[in-house]
Amino acid sequence: MNATQTLIALWTLVLKEIKRFTRIWPQTLLPPSITMAMYFIIFGNLIGSRIGDMDGFSYMDFIVPGLIMMSVITNSYSNVASSFFSNKFQRSIEEMMVSPMPNWVILAGFILGGMARGLGVGLIVTIVSLFFTRLTMEHPLLTVLVVVLTSALFSIGGFINALLANKFDDISIVPTFILTPLTYLGGVFYSISMLPEFWQGVSMLNPILYMVNVFRYGFLGVSDIPVGWALAAIFAFIIVLFSIALAMLERGKGIRS
Amino acid sequence: MAEPALSIRGLTKVYGNGFQALKGIDLDVQQGDFFALLGPNGAGKSTTLGVVCSLVQKTAGKVSIFGIDVDKDFAKAKYQLGVVPQEFNFNQFEKVLDIVLAQAGYYGMTSREALPRAKQLLTDLGLWEKRNGSARMLSGGMKRRLMIARALMHRPKLLILDEPTAGVDIELRRSMWEYMRRINQDEGTTIILTTHYLEEAESLCRNVAIINNGDIVRNTSVRGLLAELNTETFLIDTSEAITDIPKIEGFEVKQLESTQLSLEVHRGQRLNDVFSALSEQGIQVVSMRNRANRLEEMFVSMVEGSGQGAIDQRVEKQEERV
Repeated sequence: MNATQTLIALWTLVLKEIKRFTRIWPQTLLPPSITMAMYFIIFGNLIGSRIGDMDGFSYMDFIVPGLIMMSVITNSYSNVASSFFSNKFQRSIEEMMVSPMPNWVILAGFILGGMARGLGVGLIVTIVSLFFTRLTMEHPLLTVLVVVLTSALFSIGGFINALLANKFDDISIVPTFILTPLTYLGGVFYSISMLPEFWQGVSMLNPILYMVNVFRYGFLGVSDIPVGWALAAIFAFIIVLFSIALAMLERGKGIRS
Repeated sequence: MAEPALSIRGLTKVYGNGFQALKGIDLDVQQGDFFALLGPNGAGKSTTLGVVCSLVQKTAGKVSIFGIDVDKDFAKAKYQLGVVPQEFNFNQFEKVLDIVLAQAGYYGMTSREALPRAKQLLTDLGLWEKRNGSARMLSGGMKRRLMIARALMHRPKLLILDEPTAGVDIELRRSMWEYMRRINQDEGTTIILTTHYLEEAESLCRNVAIINNGDIVRNTSVRGLLAELNTETFLIDTSEAITDIPKIEGFEVKQLESTQLSLEVHRGQRLNDVFSALSEQGIQVVSMRNRANRLEEMFVSMVEGSGQGAIDQRVEKQEERV
């Protein structure tokens, strides 16, 4: 395929993914908006007003970046995991496998599709948050960079999960038992400086903590951890996971007999 | 001589559980041919086609499409190839038009090229009116035609049809045969067909390979294969119940029902002798037909006793009136 044909193929796949999640918007776009609105009302307004300041900011302002990031992570991951697994399950993945599309285009198409949903939901949640607080962004470029990279990273994670999955249960295990606990313990609702020293150390092993903190730094200008170090870690994770996903695809893992 | 549309050399496939599905098969399909790949279930047909379409990883061997080695230039080889699989393999929730346009996009076709092509194919296959409906709302026959339209979007020179008319009613099946004949004869598309309806292979195909237990057991022309058929079995319906089985010299006659006989006719024997003998014995013939179609008799004789078991239950008895 020449460069133009490759771009057409990639765009076709991305557009197909966007059409998929917008077609089922009551399952994909609406629920996170409602859930996050509940978080803002209950934790931000009702309980938050009694908690007082966190790292020098109102509790509502403190949790908004974390909740946006939580939505982006969850939706990027689950979009690719469920879409790619559905393609496997319905065998429509064969449409792509018999075509001349290189494997990296298939991988990139699903990742960009996952990012479109993750970032789309992130934008919706950001708009919802404006009903509850006045958002300011200390470092806009850094904020956008971190959310885009995080979305890409979890989209790749969802892809690997779907490649390895044999049944629908297999694509809900990781989000339920790994992603959700790591996100809740990743400093979305509290600053790790509140924790005893031992648990601060344990928290540093949680990769989501870095993403939430750098994203919060973009909004508020405060972070529990060094920003440069966190960015480097996200980049490294993306490169490693993309390479693993591509190698699995080349070997036909889970899709070729 | 032009490169074969498909050339397979020493193709071997051993699955992870140790089952050897293909035992080093060689096969050539010439350009412009309408070729049947026949065999009982589990014989290796789908594995062979799966390797050609890169859905199955081969253990050893070489596959070339129009002289292009799929291992060396898989993208170029795939441009030549269109595939209609046995199972429905599209997203049932997508619109019909979106499914064919997406396929064109995967081959790098612009929407300006793809839209007129989609309109032409969906119209030819009677699906244009359904273009904005969800694919799951289509009937089984329409879904099969949708897969044909999808496979033809990028104008492949080699079309693989894996049981394209399975579960399709007779009227629709015949209209699909006409369409397949047209793209083979008018557009020069090489077609490889697998089917359990042997009448379909006999009617459409010029050449045939029979695969059994992972080996090609015959590879010849359909006409040549039928010429080897030594015996045909006919069913004879009589106007009245028969009390004694009639004796016809040189023919083996069996009574199946009170008004039905079966008769084995060997090559060179004349049916006139049968009618004369039956008339002399006061038996009036109402109708006479083949018990099975001719290719089916040949096929059964080649694969039975191979340990593979009987041919698939889906082989339908096609009855031909004479």
